[in-house]
Amino acid sequence: MAKRIDVSGLSAFYGTHKAIDDISMTVEPHSVTAFIGPSGCGKSTFLRTLNRMHEVTPGGRVEGKVLLDDENLYGPGVDPVAVRRTVGMVFQRPNPFPTMSIFENVAAGLRLNGGHRRQDLSDIVERSLRGANLWNEVKDRLHKPGSGLSGGQQQRLCIARAIAVEPEVLLMDEPCSALDPISTLAIEDLIGELKERFTIVIVTHNMQQAARVSDRTAFFNLAAVGQPGKLIEIDETDRIFSNPSVQATEDYISGRFG
Amino acid sequence: MSHAIQDQRPVRARRARAGGSLTRGGLPRWAPAATAVLSTLLGCAAGLAFGLQSKVQWGLIAALLFVAATYASSAVVENTRQAKDRVATSVIWVCFLLAVIPLVSLLWTTLSRGMKVLTGHFLTHSMNGVTGFEPGGGVYHALLGTVQQVALATLIAAPIGLLTAVYLVEYGKGRLAKAVTFFVDVMTGIPSIVAGLFILTTWNLMLGFGPSGFAGAMALSILMMPVVVRSTEEMLKLVPNELREAALALGVPKWRMILKVVLPTAVGGISTGLMLAVARIAGETAPIMLLVFGSQLINGNPFEGAQSSLPLYIWEQYKVGSDASYDRAWAAALVLIAFVMILNLVARGIARWKAPKTGR
Ligand SMILES: Nc1ncnc2c1ncn2[C@@H]1O[C@H](COP(=O)(O)OP(=O)(O)O)[C@@H](O)[C@H]1O
Ligand SMILES: [Mg+2]
Repeated sequence: MAKRIDVSGLSAFYGTHKAIDDISMTVEPHSVTAFIGPSGCGKSTFLRTLNRMHEVTPGGRVEGKVLLDDENLYGPGVDPVAVRRTVGMVFQRPNPFPTMSIFENVAAGLRLNGGHRRQDLSDIVERSLRGANLWNEVKDRLHKPGSGLSGGQQQRLCIARAIAVEPEVLLMDEPCSALDPISTLAIEDLIGELKERFTIVIVTHNMQQAARVSDRTAFFNLAAVGQPGKLIEIDETDRIFSNPSVQATEDYISGRFG
Repeated sequence: MSHAIQDQRPVRARRARAGGSLTRGGLPRWAPAATAVLSTLLGCAAGLAFGLQSKVQWGLIAALLFVAATYASSAVVENTRQAKDRVATSVIWVCFLLAVIPLVSLLWTTLSRGMKVLTGHFLTHSMNGVTGFEPGGGVYHALLGTVQQVALATLIAAPIGLLTAVYLVEYGKGRLAKAVTFFVDVMTGIPSIVAGLFILTTWNLMLGFGPSGFAGAMALSILMMPVVVRSTEEMLKLVPNELREAALALGVPKWRMILKVVLPTAVGGISTGLMLAVARIAGETAPIMLLVFGSQLINGNPFEGAQSSLPLYIWEQYKVGSDASYDRAWAAALVLIAFVMILNLVARGIARWKAPKTGR
């Protein structure tokens, strides 16, 4: 359970456009790492390189290494499908599958991969929904469409769906930006609990959120529009928010630019 | 600054209300209908007065009068913006009528002339032993032929077309995809007689097979394939990328993602496209003439021997030129329309049943 991520010299491209440049960092197991930084500095791009979703975009290309407990995700012969089973992802906008019920949505990752007995499946679905703090709200309507839930519930459904495949790492790209404060709080609490089981990386535009949920915070920035994004610094969250070592970080956090 | 802006808003709203654009004062709701009736009457009157022969001219005069009267009355009673709005609306209505009139008249002619001989007997008997000039006989052999040929063509074209579209949207890049797209476009433009000739030279002349429903079905499938590819491609492109990513991020292999997420999401549009393609080939005559040859007898085996089909039957009956055969031609046309219509309804049913469900 819960693996360490070790990134070194990672650059990502869209066609010829370099979106992020030479990023190196380490993410400890059972920790929450927050990515902050202005829009367009490549946080999403970097996050997506961590489970090889970047190459799904046409023209997407990656240079450098991402070690998951000493195994290079971009090494020769690595199966992206296996990578994504190990490194799960939750997107900015809740995206339950519209043709499937709540139950089927949670079971999707397992069922789509086949080989699970019905009883196991409903156990796992219940466990995942409980894990996402959604069980009590949906247990009476498991077979209704997932699109009938509220935005916050849909997002927790997506989290349940992601943790049902038992990944080691969970990536979240602004998971709360489409949600109201109460749903946001529910998901932040959930992140605190999920940390026991997974390594979590979360992108957020909300400083308070980064301060509340994360152990470490990474600040990204870009020199100018059209330039690639860079990692400015990564440190303990307390340190970043009280006494960052780079001036740009302090400016960004205190709202003086960006 | 901000005070000034805030102060202005209510004033403008009030002025607008005083000007009457919120209450839409002026022309009453029945005005367009009244204008339409009036201009139709005037159009007829003008047609009679000037002794115009063609009813089309009457209609055009009425339509022009309608648009002009709408503009004039609205511009006088309301304002010019409303008048333009009403003119746009009335032009749309006129165009709608122009488009619908031929359709309605077609349906009406087919119905009124086809119902005469459309009986249970007509649907269950062939033309065996009935000469073209005497009444009686039926359409069963042609209906059977059409059903079998269309079904076979769909069985060939639908899987190939669907898989091609999936390839183009989900996998295709580079030269091969461009080439496939190009050839699909070329195929869209193939005249049906050319598709028929192609099968005739290869299947019948080179390989030496005789005429059969299957040969016709192959030609039909050539006509059907590009339509299926094109419509399916468009539908697959409409599936949001986020859904694909959501599935991939669960560690689902791509082929399962396509099978379980992309295709079910698009199934409604895909089946509609399939139906359009079926409707297109159900009315084809030329390749059937060349390859299926036509027959007055019931032949239930599409793989051997000549068959008939509804379009071919209609053409044959029309060619005979007797009153009885004209009646049969119209009745067969009605059967053909009903056949396509029923397929269409079935497809819509499937689409609605399978479409993404919303709500609680
Ligand atoms: N699909 C794409 N195609 C081309 N360029 C992209 C694409 N997605 C993002 N980019 C570019 O990559 C850079 C980083 O974007 P992104 O990772 O989305 O930033 P962030 O998530 O930090 O706001 C931006 O310059 C953006 O224009
Ligand atoms: Mg982003």
